[in-house]
Amino acid sequence: MLEVRNLSVRADGKDILNGINLSIHRGEVHAIMGPNGSGKSTLAQVLAGREGYEITDGEVAYEGENLFDLDPEERAQAGIFLAFQYPVEIPGVSNLYFLRAALNAIRKTKGQDPMDAIDFLELAKKKMANLEMDSTMIERSVNAGFSGGEKKRNEIFQMSILEPKLAILDETDSGLDIDALKLVSHGVNKLRDPDRAMVVVTHYQRLLNYIVPDFVHVLAGGHIVKSGDKNLALELEEKGYGWIEEAEPTK
Amino acid sequence: MTGTGRERQHLTELWGNLMSSATDELEILTTQDYKYGFVTDVESDSAPPGLSEDIVRFISAKKNEPEFLLEWRLKAYRNWLEMKEPAWHNVHYSPIDYQSIVYYSAPKSKKDGPKSLEEVDPELLATYEKLGIPLNEQAALAGVAVDAVFDSVSVATTFKDKLSEMGVIFCSFSEAVENHPNLIQKYLGTVVPPTDNFFAALNSAVFSDGSFCYIPKGVRCPMELSTYFRINAANTGQFERTLIVADEGAYVSYLEGCTAPMRDENQLHAAVVELVALDNSQIKYSTVQNWYPGDKDGKGGIYNFVTKRGKCQGVNSKISWTQVETGSAITWKYPSCVLIGDNSVGEFYSVAVTNNRQQADTGTKMIHIGKNTSSTIISKGISAGYGQNAYRGLVKIQKGAEGARNFSQCDSMLMGDKCGAHTFPYLEVKNPTAQVEHEATTSKIGEDQIFYLNQRGITTEDAISMIVNGFCKEVFRELPMEFAVEAQKLLGVSLEGSVG
Repeated sequence: MLEVRNLSVRADGKDILNGINLSIHRGEVHAIMGPNGSGKSTLAQVLAGREGYEITDGEVAYEGENLFDLDPEERAQAGIFLAFQYPVEIPGVSNLYFLRAALNAIRKTKGQDPMDAIDFLELAKKKMANLEMDSTMIERSVNAGFSGGEKKRNEIFQMSILEPKLAILDETDSGLDIDALKLVSHGVNKLRDPDRAMVVVTHYQRLLNYIVPDFVHVLAGGHIVKSGDKNLALELEEKGYGWIEEAEPTK
Repeated sequence: MTGTGRERQHLTELWGNLMSSATDELEILTTQDYKYGFVTDVESDSAPPGLSEDIVRFISAKKNEPEFLLEWRLKAYRNWLEMKEPAWHNVHYSPIDYQSIVYYSAPKSKKDGPKSLEEVDPELLATYEKLGIPLNEQAALAGVAVDAVFDSVSVATTFKDKLSEMGVIFCSFSEAVENHPNLIQKYLGTVVPPTDNFFAALNSAVFSDGSFCYIPKGVRCPMELSTYFRINAANTGQFERTLIVADEGAYVSYLEGCTAPMRDENQLHAAVVELVALDNSQIKYSTVQNWYPGDKDGKGGIYNFVTKRGKCQGVNSKISWTQVETGSAITWKYPSCVLIGDNSVGEFYSVAVTNNRQQADTGTKMIHIGKNTSSTIISKGISAGYGQNAYRGLVKIQKGAEGARNFSQCDSMLMGDKCGAHTFPYLEVKNPTAQVEHEATTSKIGEDQIFYLNQRGITTEDAISMIVNGFCKEVFRELPMEFAVEAQKLLGVSLEGSVG
């Protein structure tokens, strides 16, 4: 589904990613771990199409297509979803209006009719209940005045409505207390599906106790220095990042 | 979105030399062509350029005015000669040559002016059709009566008969002078006296037409009343005067729209609007101002120096100003409320947009005189391109205004980094029981916000309109439906329910 080959990225004159290789298939959950500044979030942003990064080398194929041929909204319409580390506030625009516009933009590319407001509200209420979200949240402005935990829950709620093919979760666990973490993880696990791939970017192993990955990759200095299964995360938890940072990049 | 994936990759390669496409899109949206810039070919009857007592007499004679009005004009003119053009505002322009302006221009009518729509020059009717304002009553929007002012003269007023059945007077100012001189003499200049300011004095001397509206006691006006202003002739100033009187217990909702052709030179528009609300009455005045703003380099455009003021004379009276200001090279206007009657209410809801080289200095004055008077000010300024946007507001609580309350909120949004937003709130409180609140924010329409919406599948164009509409929501919801739609279109956006 996603083939990243030798991807190198520069921003503000600095090399951030140096030859990343990654192969992700349907139904798989990949965790990307690494110390601060290792390039985890850059990778997530570049895949979603954030501007301000220079692709200096390599390529990314998404479902056989050159990902860089697609605008950010085209990537979203093609099923790529980024759960933001810092969700943005949009005052005066209700969650309801925003999310229905998003869903209908995606439905349109699939050749489906737009969903009307009444059906949408019903769908939204069902999904919100799964995440134990307050039902008034749908009427509130997008993320405006939301607590950190509410914002993260809102990201997963959006994901549950938009049903992406490839979900990238950028430090979804940061700023969450243990109860909120369990709730969000539960929401994510419900969305695990043989047709859906997930990339979980996190600094801490803690999240991976709840969202158990199929593969773990460790990013350091812009390289993937080690890949393994879920046990790699436990090993990291025990030994810290220090022992692995000096390692050679894996090919 | 025009940028294809391949272009984008190319862009990415050239990063650093090129702007992001989101910024491009902002530029495209904010530099959209002015759609109303055509000129209508109508024979007109004009005064020679320049201003003198003779011109004032000429205008008064053209309109067959009674003696009192001529004297009133002359007094205003003599006052004006003594006055200085204000310079305290935050707008900059080269000096206006008042002697090069034509102060009177009227479409040449076949006889003494049209008596009915059938007699109106078809060219004129076509002009208003083009503007989306059908003057043909059958085709007109249900529930909106329109008075159309072309250059200096009112050319048509629709639904007049239907309104007069209820005692509502809605006609051009000239007709009101002819048919209702007592009402004119009683109220003209009682809210904005001829000596009020430089531009009001100029208007009082040379005003050529405008709208007059009187709602009798206890009548709720059954439809929206609307005036549509159009400047057509070159080198012509437009100086119209609007007077609205709501008698005891009356209600009226009034709409005003404006457009002008694209011309390289600047044109002066100095209007005066006076509202009088008696006991228990309510006036809701909404404006969508879309005068030609000049080209992207700041050439041409309307200088809009307007004095608008409402007097809540009676107890429990209410005046609401809602304005969406998107046009004009320069906007200088402060729709205000003088709250005399006890428990009277003043409201001001404003969206002002400046892009390219546009400048706006706009806001309101709320003068609290009566007891338990209250006012609300919601101002939203959007600056793009090189636009400069200033909010200037005065809240004044007089000594006798026991229990007065004011709430002000001024929000500014910046698009890009070459524009500016400024806030000048003035506050004078002379009664210790008053409650006054002021909130202000400045935000930048962020690439962060646009990217967030893009990442959910929403195009950049839709994203910007969603963000801007969200920002203006509190003002748009005050507008009558048809106007809300027009206002949103003007901001380069589609409605789709984001407002309401």
